[in-house]
Amino acid sequence: MIKVENLYKQFGENEVLKNISTHIDSGEVVSIIGPSGSGKSTFLRCLNMLETPSQGKVWVNNQEITDKKTNIMKVREQIGMVFQHFYLFPHLTVLENLTYAPMKVKGESRESAEKKARELLAKVGLSEKETAYPNNLSGGQKQRVAIARALAMEPKLMLFDEPTSALDPEMVKEVLNVMKDLAQSGMTMAIVTHEMGFAREVSDRIMFLDEGKLLEEGSPNEFFNNPRTTRAKDFLEKVL
Amino acid sequence: MNLDFSQIVPYIPFILKGIWVTLKFVIIAIIFGFLLGTILSLFKISSNKALNWIGKVYTSIFRGTPLILQLMLIYFAIPQLTGYDIQPFLASILAFGLNSAAYVSEIIRAGIQAVDKGQTEAAQALGVPYRLMMKDIILPQAFKNILPALMNEFVTLTKESALVSTIGYLDLMRRAQVVGADTYRNFEPLIFVGLIYWLMIMVLTTMGRIVERRMKFSD
Ligand SMILES: Nc1ncnc2c1ncn2[C@@H]1O[C@H](COP(=O)(O)OP(=O)(O)O)[C@@H](O)[C@H]1O
Ligand SMILES: [Mg+2]
Repeated sequence: MIKVENLYKQFGENEVLKNISTHIDSGEVVSIIGPSGSGKSTFLRCLNMLETPSQGKVWVNNQEITDKKTNIMKVREQIGMVFQHFYLFPHLTVLENLTYAPMKVKGESRESAEKKARELLAKVGLSEKETAYPNNLSGGQKQRVAIARALAMEPKLMLFDEPTSALDPEMVKEVLNVMKDLAQSGMTMAIVTHEMGFAREVSDRIMFLDEGKLLEEGSPNEFFNNPRTTRAKDFLEKVL
Repeated sequence: MNLDFSQIVPYIPFILKGIWVTLKFVIIAIIFGFLLGTILSLFKISSNKALNWIGKVYTSIFRGTPLILQLMLIYFAIPQLTGYDIQPFLASILAFGLNSAAYVSEIIRAGIQAVDKGQTEAAQALGVPYRLMMKDIILPQAFKNILPALMNEFVTLTKESALVSTIGYLDLMRRAQVVGADTYRNFEPLIFVGLIYWLMIMVLTTMGRIVERRMKFSD
């Protein structure tokens, strides 16, 4: 599904990603963890070209998205992204947030877009909120709408950048539950998270980033029980 | 104090006609300035350096010189340079529209830049093309925030419109002067059109408030 080869990213002098090579298979759930500032967000954003890599190549579905000739907009239609701060469209209702891109980008009819949107809202438990505006929702509700909005495009891959970090503690669970369901449905997912319990439970693989390097990669059991590097050991001691 | 408003009564229809004469060019100038200002604001936030430059130079020129000078230049220079005998009506629309565009473009630019960058990212992540993103996502949010500033600009333009009396356009202001010259009484006609200007501004402000209330979607 995704292949990353010798990926580098610099912001000016600051080298944020250093020679990352990895892959994410179809149906796989990968959690990306590591200290703050280690480049997790930047790495995730290179997967849909919200950041342009300085060097290296990224393929999505065998299409090289780092190739300038690739129409990145078309690729992005297949990649859903969920942000820490939701970024719902505040001037659109919940339903319109879900139908906007399918109608305008994929040219779906209003009827089918709304039908699908309602199914998704039911799935994330927010059917009664379809006419509400985002600012009248709680953080947890906003994030569930944001997940549904991304799913409305019927993506093949979902990227999550700390989807629960901006939430009050009591709302974390409702969002994680939606993500668990999604993982069980076979969706390919890349998740940046600080929720170690969740990462351990749902992930097929853990990636540990530290100072821009992909230091470790392995199954949750391997990683959490026997981290190979001292950096990972130190990190886990702090967060667990 | 010897105010005598009865003196101007016969002139009232003549003065009232000036309302439409003023409004006619003010409305067109506002729309023209607004459209051009929107385009210029997009130039200013564009990643294209040449467009940036055009936007900046344009604003600098029109904000950096007196409006009355711009009006005079357009009215007198165009016939001199091109031989085209420009009418006061057209010259007024051009001068006020071009001038207003400079201010409007700054207001909209600031409004666009005040929209959370995450909105752009969310739209991009959904594969929304730039044009649609601007039209459907960014500009509606920007306009909501800048509505008071825009209304302020429209109010200023309406009031400053009285400047066109200097090129012989028979607007409200000019009509007050004509009546003043005819009756040898300046105070009454000036007070009278002053009242009319004030009423027009009140209507404009009220309309702005209504639009503003309608747009309060999110909070
Ligand atoms: N747009 C940007 N411009 C400049 N520096 C950036 C930008 N985005 C991120 N960085 C820098 O890159 C580094 C990694 O950031 P990030 O990927 O957000 O880390 P993480 O998500 O792991 O906390 C940080 O030092 C951050 O300051
Ligand atoms: Mg981050």
